[in-house]
Amino acid sequence: MNDSANRQATARSSGSSPIVRLEGVNKHFGRLHVMQDIDLSVAQGEVVVIIGASGSGKSTLIRCVNGLEPFQSGRIEVDGKTLLPNGASGKSLQAVRTEVGMVFQQFNLFPHLSIRDNVTLAPRKVRGMTRRQADAIADRLLERVGISDQADKHPTKLSGGQQQRVALARALAMEPRLMLFDEPTSALDPEMIGEVLDAMRELVNDGMTMMIVTHEMGFAREVADRVVFVHGGQIVEQGPPDQLFDQPRHERTQAFLSRVLKH
Amino acid sequence: MEFNFQFDWQAAIDSLPFLLKGLPYTLLISFAGLAIGFVIGIVFGLMRIGPSRWIRWPAVVYVEVFRGTPVLVQVLFIFYGLPTLLGGPIDALTAGIAAIALNAGAYISEIVRGGVQSIERGQREAGLSLGLSPPQTFRYVIWPQALRRMIPALGNQGIVSIKDTSLFSVIGVGELVRQGQVYIANTFTALEVYFMIALLYLAITLSLSLALSLLERKGLVG
Repeated sequence: MNDSANRQATARSSGSSPIVRLEGVNKHFGRLHVMQDIDLSVAQGEVVVIIGASGSGKSTLIRCVNGLEPFQSGRIEVDGKTLLPNGASGKSLQAVRTEVGMVFQQFNLFPHLSIRDNVTLAPRKVRGMTRRQADAIADRLLERVGISDQADKHPTKLSGGQQQRVALARALAMEPRLMLFDEPTSALDPEMIGEVLDAMRELVNDGMTMMIVTHEMGFAREVADRVVFVHGGQIVEQGPPDQLFDQPRHERTQAFLSRVLKH
Repeated sequence: MEFNFQFDWQAAIDSLPFLLKGLPYTLLISFAGLAIGFVIGIVFGLMRIGPSRWIRWPAVVYVEVFRGTPVLVQVLFIFYGLPTLLGGPIDALTAGIAAIALNAGAYISEIVRGGVQSIERGQREAGLSLGLSPPQTFRYVIWPQALRRMIPALGNQGIVSIKDTSLFSVIGVGELVRQGQVYIANTFTALEVYFMIALLYLAITLSLSLALSLLERKGLVG
């Protein structure tokens, strides 16, 4: 662990109050200690990219932020609401979820609903919007991600890249304060990765707070305010992308980067 | 002695008006029983995947008991056995509907459980991540997809239960088979009458198959 880099990163984010704060979070899968005393803060408007080998715990980390993964000790604060260990969060769990959007590796669109209804379901059922209000939002968001002409189709008729853009629109329809991305391009054919990254870039430009788990190192370097390297359930090193990619201080980071940046 | 291999179409057709009097009973027992069985199946099927063993356990017992015993024994137990416990008679129609409901309910519990469990975990996670509550996620995301996957199995169960009602002639419900037996007792036209009864069952089950395949194709559920 490199203290000066961490302090520097913390200093960057202390400009405005953090919207996400993990304090001493531990998680076990049986005997596996998949998150070890994780401390991490994300500032309003900050884009944090989490990198690491598969099995390092990076997906688990962001899945804890919206309570999809329970954890055993520590605490997680999201926009003033607290998630507690062992599923004891109570009402704040759902409050957090309504304000945190998530895009999954496998898109997870609802196959029984049209594209438009995929986007409007949560605004209608959670926010209590009328169908007309929700449709207006859906049409605006679908146009923004370039899917407006397919709104009446079902998800299976769309390409992977299109599906992932719909998934993004679906999450944005709840007007989240924070967006989580769990390897959003890993299940895509290479020629479709660009269109999804473009849609994410636009979101970065809008000032959305984002936590992104990805293997797209070029994209990470381009959009991240801070890159966090996770290994063996621990945050090994973090810092601005130029520093972390060009002058990694920890040997584990160096080893990981030399493997993924070589090709 | 003279053998007569002649199939008497006239006798078959003549028996129809009398047989058709049994049709409403067959349909009533089948569809009332299946409708109640569907409700039972949803409740116990969901209990079987419930969060606590005190919820799962009763559902397991129910399913094993009613799936593991013959529907004929169940209806005899209800019609002849239960009244001695309850202190009053149960009419044959009620006993028949109850037997179909309880028996089909056990099988439908398993169909419901399998259908719900077949939905990928990511669907639930996507619903929850959007802020839908767990019940809303179930209602709007999981259940419509599960129901669609359950249609073929539910259709099977419907057909099995419709045919099971033929057993209830033993408790004197005037359904198709019972009507046939009464008619044959007077006319001795077993060949023609049972043939007609078979055709009537086939007409009911084929209609059901057709309706379900239309439903499945149009994706009207969900």
